[in-house]
Amino acid sequence: MAILINEKTKIIVQGFTGRIGTFHAQEMIDYGSNVVGGVTPGKGGQTHLGLPVFNTVKEAVKQAGAEASIVFVPPAFAADSIMEAADAGIKYCVSITDGIPTQDMMTVKNFLRRFPKAERMLLTGPNCAGTISPGRAMLGIMPGHIYVRGNIGVVGRSGTLGYEAADQMRLLGIGISTSVGIGGDPIPGSSHRDILERLEQDPETKVALMIGEIGGPQEVEAGKFAKENMTKPLVAYIAGLTAPEGRRMGHAGAIISSAGESAAEKVAILKELGVTICPTPSLMGQTVAEVLAKL
Amino acid sequence: MNIHEYQAKEILAQYGVKIAEGGLAYSIVEAVQRAREIEGDVWVVKAQIHSGARGKAGGIKVCRTHAEVEQAAEELIGKKLVTHQTGPAGKICSRIYVEAGTSISKEMYLSFMVDRASERIIMIGAAEGGMEIEKLAETNPEAIIKIYIEPAVGLQDFQARKMAFGLGIDPAQLNHAVKTIKGCYRALRDLDANTLEINPLAITANNEIVAIDAKMVFDENALFRRHKIAELRDNTQVDSREVAAAEAGLSYVGLDGDIGCMINGAGLAMATMDMIKLAGGEPANFLDVGGGASAERTEKAFRLVLADANVKAMLVNIFAGINRCDWIAEGVVQAVKNIDMKIPLVVRLSGTNVEEGRSIIKNSGLPIITADTLAEAAEKVVRARNEVVAQKA
Repeated sequence: MAILINEKTKIIVQGFTGRIGTFHAQEMIDYGSNVVGGVTPGKGGQTHLGLPVFNTVKEAVKQAGAEASIVFVPPAFAADSIMEAADAGIKYCVSITDGIPTQDMMTVKNFLRRFPKAERMLLTGPNCAGTISPGRAMLGIMPGHIYVRGNIGVVGRSGTLGYEAADQMRLLGIGISTSVGIGGDPIPGSSHRDILERLEQDPETKVALMIGEIGGPQEVEAGKFAKENMTKPLVAYIAGLTAPEGRRMGHAGAIISSAGESAAEKVAILKELGVTICPTPSLMGQTVAEVLAKL
Repeated sequence: MNIHEYQAKEILAQYGVKIAEGGLAYSIVEAVQRAREIEGDVWVVKAQIHSGARGKAGGIKVCRTHAEVEQAAEELIGKKLVTHQTGPAGKICSRIYVEAGTSISKEMYLSFMVDRASERIIMIGAAEGGMEIEKLAETNPEAIIKIYIEPAVGLQDFQARKMAFGLGIDPAQLNHAVKTIKGCYRALRDLDANTLEINPLAITANNEIVAIDAKMVFDENALFRRHKIAELRDNTQVDSREVAAAEAGLSYVGLDGDIGCMINGAGLAMATMDMIKLAGGEPANFLDVGGGASAERTEKAFRLVLADANVKAMLVNIFAGINRCDWIAEGVVQAVKNIDMKIPLVVRLSGTNVEEGRSIIKNSGLPIITADTLAEAAEKVVRARNEVVAQKA
């Protein structure tokens, strides 16, 4: 099963003909993702990487049957590209772009809420590494070779820390059903909770791993959801034990600005909610292995 | 990005918020001149630093004569002010704001910020102002008024009225209050601010609504379209290491420890710092070198980390995704040679082309300590740091 994407999902690349879009489109094709074309306004009708270029997402949906999109458009124009995808009937969109203004994301989220839930596009990111269902499809910029197919569902705010987790699990012989990057921005397309909801529904996923960090209410919200609604065990690691209050740690959203947002507080609350905590970031794989062994 | 009080007030005045008459001074002479230009017999001399709680730190002085203004200016200009928000290092005061004294009959609190949970702008108010809102939230949470604003339609008049009544404003000043509240919201929305706080917002003896203090924080990601705001940046208020990092396009946060770090990715950087702490060390910095770390960028990052005289050992932790470990390794070797590095260096590489990367480090002939896992890397760098400290003792 896996969630969100598989080998059949028809993918388009927004910002297809740019340097970054081109590089990652090729990587995704090489991984085996079903990339059916891309969108660059004004370059419609051209061919790029042997695939059609469309002027609008709507044309890509109509003519190539696009279902999912990945956005590499620069920050100033990314919100517009995401909304275009939603309007065109794309089901799932990943925004890789880092640096989208917060108020633009407020507009995007508001725009998405206007669609009835059944027709609403799911957005993950921005400022993320994307989503991978190992051995099936990659809709992102991660090194695909470190991900092994298996039954752990992963959701995380950070890219490289997600790779670290995948690699630790690979070395222990543990695979992943789907790994979803939700990104490090203050207003994300989807939250940890949104992804856990889907992992809970996925028959292939046995255990969920959440990789969180300082700042915002997301991890605690996800912990509460897990306690009330999940039958599968949830394992979590929260980065930023050493982060001082009020300082932004790289990610736009990684800042402790109110009570309950520090790593120590989040860990304490999650423990109380019955979530298994990885004591250190080097024990993410080990902790998952222990939880898996008890099933 | 933070700005100064006087800058925030200039912005708010353009949006119809009433402020006291005031002027900026960079010197004692200028401060007295500003006081002469302002009518009245009371002046407030305010240190312009990027921090709240300036009053308690002696950064706000009420003066009744020009001689007192002169003395206040002398006490503030060029001095470091330490508040509980600046940390022990404090912040240098190079500008002061001289303002006409206001006779206050009531102090209130008003702020606007991006609320991450609701993904909306939230307007927060309290009829008691002057104190920190966090403290009021602890002692008397019912006294805090919260109003959420729909992004599509913006702040409505009825919401502004609700806030005004909640603040205890006299019906005679209702229109002025609504204008003030809507002006603040407009400023936040038009200029891509994340936070706007007026504490206190005051009713004066003449029944006017005046912003006594003002704080605005702007979205760094939106500065590309807010050129006038970007120009308000004051690098004297930022850690000089962070200014250098920003110029090199690196994401850096200076900390108080002595183990320097260079890592790719913000999450992995935080996790690595956590590992250092768990191994008994203290990180000197957060540094995300980014995805496409070229040799040139690596060297810049090394120079930045090593510019901190406290650093006794350094850890490089790279998980190569788009990047390749062999490229990173070459960059590290080149940086160590060019800089003539004197302190111990621990390198941990993982991901794409890891074997090639490790062999480049091993065959470089340089005294670089290598590690395979995150835990091993943290332990080795803490041990190396402890040896340096022991040798010096």
